[in-house]
Amino acid sequence: MSDKPNDIEPTDAEPNGTEPNGTEQPQPERPRRAHRIRAGALIGVLTALLGFAIAVQVHANSKSDSLAGLREDDLIGILDNQNARADRLRQQIAELQRSLRSLQNSGDAAAAARHQAQQQAQALGVLLGTLPATGPGVIVQINDPNHKLHGEDVLDVVEELRGAGAEAIDFDGVRVSTDTAFSDVDGTVAVDGDPLQQPYTVLAIGEPKTLDTALNIPGGVAAAIRADGGELRVSERGKLTITVTRTLPTPRFAVPSGH
Amino acid sequence: MIAFLALVIGVVVGFILRPTVPNWMEPYLPIAVVAALDAVFGGVRARLDGIFDAKVFVVSFVSNVVVAALIVFLGDKLGVGGQLSTAVVVVLGIRIFSNAAAIRRHLFRA
Repeated sequence: MSDKPNDIEPTDAEPNGTEPNGTEQPQPERPRRAHRIRAGALIGVLTALLGFAIAVQVHANSKSDSLAGLREDDLIGILDNQNARADRLRQQIAELQRSLRSLQNSGDAAAAARHQAQQQAQALGVLLGTLPATGPGVIVQINDPNHKLHGEDVLDVVEELRGAGAEAIDFDGVRVSTDTAFSDVDGTVAVDGDPLQQPYTVLAIGEPKTLDTALNIPGGVAAAIRADGGELRVSERGKLTITVTRTLPTPRFAVPSGH
Repeated sequence: MIAFLALVIGVVVGFILRPTVPNWMEPYLPIAVVAALDAVFGGVRARLDGIFDAKVFVVSFVSNVVVAALIVFLGDKLGVGGQLSTAVVVVLGIRIFSNAAAIRRHLFRA
């Protein structure tokens, strides 16, 4: 330590010795000026380099994180910290993924429930007559030239179809549902109070064979209508569509009870 | 005067260009800067003492930088680079302080 200052000190110590040499006044003007200019330029270059280096170093130091200048122990500590942090974050990730999965599952369950409810609503809509329906079934044509048929005879036809498993019935343009009424108005049959035009056309969706058999059973509705001088014809269809619907009845008194 | 102007110009150029320090140079640049600063302070002091000599300044500047870098390099090779660079900075810092004190005495007579 005591050596070094002596080594480097010449910066200010040596000039004492050199100055007499440097200030050789008797020398001619020209070389001295040239020499001074060169020395000044050299000093300028060196100090400019120093300034440049300072700026670069300051910039590099402020930019880079200071990890490069740290000791091994500090680095190990930092590494440990980072590892612990990474572990914590990994745990967090796993937790969040778990909750994401559970949320997705519940979302799936909700979607399934919604799907089921939709299907249920559609089935109920078909059965209640609030939705158009399509499927195999029969077309029944009833002729009553003698006007001998009453509301109850017609109701028999509907009940026979129902008993045979008809799921949707369109009675001459009126969708038959739970609150459909058949009555007699001025000697003709009326559905829900509206008189019908002959012949009565009934569309019923269900198993065609069963419906046909049920109507034409010996001693059944077909026989009864024929006995009254009327006529009932059944034609089976692989596919027919009932487009008429009725509005959903709103219960005034009955409300759903829990269980 | 030239030296001060050149220093300012150097700083400005350095901040404008913003070059990245090459990797091999990274440990030596700060030490070299401190060594050069020491030479500059010594030069200013010599100037005020009236014994400034350009040749001595240039030589001491260059040799200061080279020796400082060399010490750090050697320390790195011996595995005591950090400590040795600390030692260099301490020594140079003491010298800078003493030079600054001399300069202060010249300028303020105190």
